[in-house]
Amino acid sequence: MKKILSIMLALCVFTVPLLLVSAQTDVETLRGSTLTVYNWGEYISDGSDGSLNVNKEFETRYGIKVVYDTFENNEVMYSKIKGGGVNYDVLIPSDYMIERMISEKMLQKLDFANIPNDKYIDSKYKGLPYDPQDEYSVPYSVGMIGLIYNTKKVLDAPTSWTALWDKRYKKEILMINNPRDAFAIAHAVLGISYNTTVDADWKAGAEKLKEQKAFVQSYVNDEVFNKMESGESALAPYYAGDFLTMQENNPDLAFVYPSEGVNAFVDAMCIPTSAQNKAAAELYINFMQSPEIALANAEYIYYASPNTAVLANEDYSLKDNEVIYPDNASTLKTEIFSNLPPATLKLMSSLWDEVKTYEGKAITEENVEEDNSATESKTGLSSNTKTIIGLGAFVGVAAIYLIYRTVQKKKRENV
Amino acid sequence: MKLPSKIYTFLIFLFLYAPIIVMIVFSFNSTNSTGLMAGFSLRWYAVLFSNKNIMQALYNTLILAVASALIATVIGTAAAVGIDKWKKNLFRSSVMGVTNIPMMTPEIVTGVSMMLLFVFMGRVIGRQGILGFGTILIAHVTFNLPYVILSVLPKLRQTDPHLAEAAQDLGCTPLRSFFKAVLPSISPGIVTGMIMAFTLSLDDFIISYFTTGPGFQTLPIAIFSMTKKRVKPDMYALSTLIFVSILVLLILTNVAQARGENKKKKNI
Amino acid sequence: MNKKTSLGNRLVASPYLLWSVLFIVAPMFFVIYYSFTNSAGAFTFENITELAKYTDTFLRSIWFGVLATIICLVLAYPIAYIIAQTSSNAQRTLVALVMLPMWMNFLIRTYSWMAILQDTGIINTFLNKIGIGTIRMINTPGAVILGMVYNFLPFMILPLYSVMAKLDKSVIEAAQDLGGNRLDVVRKVILPLSMPGIASGLTMVFVPSVSTFYISQKLGGGSFDLIGDVIERQFQQSYNYNLGASISLVLMVLILFSMAFLTKFTTEGEGMVI
Repeated sequence: MKKILSIMLALCVFTVPLLLVSAQTDVETLRGSTLTVYNWGEYISDGSDGSLNVNKEFETRYGIKVVYDTFENNEVMYSKIKGGGVNYDVLIPSDYMIERMISEKMLQKLDFANIPNDKYIDSKYKGLPYDPQDEYSVPYSVGMIGLIYNTKKVLDAPTSWTALWDKRYKKEILMINNPRDAFAIAHAVLGISYNTTVDADWKAGAEKLKEQKAFVQSYVNDEVFNKMESGESALAPYYAGDFLTMQENNPDLAFVYPSEGVNAFVDAMCIPTSAQNKAAAELYINFMQSPEIALANAEYIYYASPNTAVLANEDYSLKDNEVIYPDNASTLKTEIFSNLPPATLKLMSSLWDEVKTYEGKAITEENVEEDNSATESKTGLSSNTKTIIGLGAFVGVAAIYLIYRTVQKKKRENV
Repeated sequence: MKLPSKIYTFLIFLFLYAPIIVMIVFSFNSTNSTGLMAGFSLRWYAVLFSNKNIMQALYNTLILAVASALIATVIGTAAAVGIDKWKKNLFRSSVMGVTNIPMMTPEIVTGVSMMLLFVFMGRVIGRQGILGFGTILIAHVTFNLPYVILSVLPKLRQTDPHLAEAAQDLGCTPLRSFFKAVLPSISPGIVTGMIMAFTLSLDDFIISYFTTGPGFQTLPIAIFSMTKKRVKPDMYALSTLIFVSILVLLILTNVAQARGENKKKKNI
Repeated sequence: MNKKTSLGNRLVASPYLLWSVLFIVAPMFFVIYYSFTNSAGAFTFENITELAKYTDTFLRSIWFGVLATIICLVLAYPIAYIIAQTSSNAQRTLVALVMLPMWMNFLIRTYSWMAILQDTGIINTFLNKIGIGTIRMINTPGAVILGMVYNFLPFMILPLYSVMAKLDKSVIEAAQDLGGNRLDVVRKVILPLSMPGIASGLTMVFVPSVSTFYISQKLGGGSFDLIGDVIERQFQQSYNYNLGASISLVLMVLILFSMAFLTKFTTEGEGMVI
């Protein structure tokens, strides 16, 4: 009795929505159970640098153990879940991936009676094409991709994605290491919809990406943080929220939404059909959208929040941030990814393999006349050294073979 | 050692230890950079010990390494004893061929093929989400086994086959004769195999990545997801601590062994 | 040997036999199965024919792997010999020092190479200070090969050392007494006798180098995709198990062939020197 009383008291301390929760689900029966969450890396307030540890807070509040794993992009998450070896209770994929998973019956409908905090979600993010009836997902955070550049290295502020094809920044350009986003940038430059299903469009995109390869320093996902912050690279396409994190560590960085248009995305929480603890999963989703937790997350990850309670909160430090809540939002050209048909997906991954395994030899030779001295010190192994090493290898193999013959001879002699 | 040899040895060790030196130096960095040294501080050691996830991952890694090394040692030693007695025929050479498979297969192929097997098994027994401690343990034992067998077999070949027979003639049961007569002479091989297995298991990332499930994260997996973004110096701090403790352990065993040898020499 | 013990010997190895059938042989069948089926589970050669696209990548991986292996051999042979010549105390210490880096996580060590090699890294900061200027080292094939050599060098040194430590010194002395010069001694006595060590060293370096994906991603910047990267991507991102399995299968066959060629060197013919 005492215990229940103290819990009731504790609950009263929290906000009203939480009281609503305790009315709907019997939280007490979930105590001691385990909840597995699969989210993007660095995408939650984790207690570092004095922030609120959201998962720990959930654990202490409800006595449910949170097992928290991270993935680097939607495709990795999809492959893991589809592989069937692992179960998670809560997933936080992006729009187009949610659409794909719904179409493949990998997600289950949510019981919104257990997620009253859904009322805080901005109506802008309701009824979006990936989940038109709002049955499967609750938005977690939203954002746009843009172009990050180092003002010390890039002198004239770029306004276009074509900066990523600029010879002047050769080998100082980072490219995003996942096919969907990489192709979207190429398509933006070519003026093609990101969601095109025309094979020729994808092939054109692949050619564009191959052309870029000679300028690319490195293909990155979250490695971009280190490389941009340390000044190792000049330009990189990445998410607006992450730019703010980088800028904290390197004030020379600047950000622009390129004029050709950008991808806008919604990352939303959903429950896979293989979930083992649906009740706790719904409790968690609700918890994540409760005003103070949503605020803690928004403050920590720097992505735009879809939560109206957060946006209305006077304490929200990013409220007027130009980067994640741009003034010209209405004039920005944005497009949301939608799920592609299987044939296009297959073509995309095959073309992406082609891009990644493509050797951009043409360009190094081409540039030799242009800036001889720079190329010489800045390329890896020239074809000359390759030949020399090749010959060396051949000599080595020949030597081994000779030794082998000698051994065999010795053996025969012994016999 | 002559001077050129000394210089060469020094250069090779410099090469082997360069990244480790960098790691140790930056573990004392006062900022969170792993590229620029700002000043000396111990804050990352404090951060490390307060990081529950890393501590849990370290614990998981040790448990897994110990368990898989022990299981592999028992099964592998038994296998080696059996194989050693077999006549050289097709069966024996095919068993040895199979034993070599895990060493010849790229880790990624081993990892993936085992994952496929586990998922299939999971379907058969009607359990989704089969990946976890059990599967990663099986995977680790599997890639450890060849190393144990291949370090015990040569020792068995060196032992006198009549030893066990003699012991049995003196009235020992086969089991007893094994423990009394054979085991002592092959124990160096067993220990080598076990250490090898432990080491491999400790550092394995690729196979673990494909065969583990939520809730059982090993240190290499945790580090992998960190290197995806940035490695903060607390990981360097952990590595430095591991390095120092292994170094101390090695020095102690070396000193003990050297003493033992000196004593022997004196006794002679 | 009486019947009882031979039965016992069979039984003693049986857990291992069962284990190897279940967890070594069976997974291989899965790889083969997936290689020859499509995503719907129907038999197809499509995955194999699609491999033609990856010929260049295969060649590059083998090329990098061979280079790394040869460099390892060249670097490791003298050091193994030097270690084997020292006193037994020094030998123990030096071998322990060779093994010590293997106990550190290889991801962290590779990451730490990034800090050394990158444009704003330790070497370049130093070069800039003394006025030489930045030399691009990271994201080149050279950096990838360096990473391979670094990570797998101990796997070459250790087997070489273990055969050389067993070399009978009197044999070498005898060869010298018979009037052989140093080169002759090395070529005719030490090299042939260390063949088993070389063979297992080559295997232990070549197999992981040719299939690595982490090193090429970190030190090559993802611009020099190796076959390991392609396999990893099929399983992790593209969810194309069938293509991934067929590439793995071909890679394995390639490795087995080159190893079959190599193991001809070993006199005993079974197992490796560790």
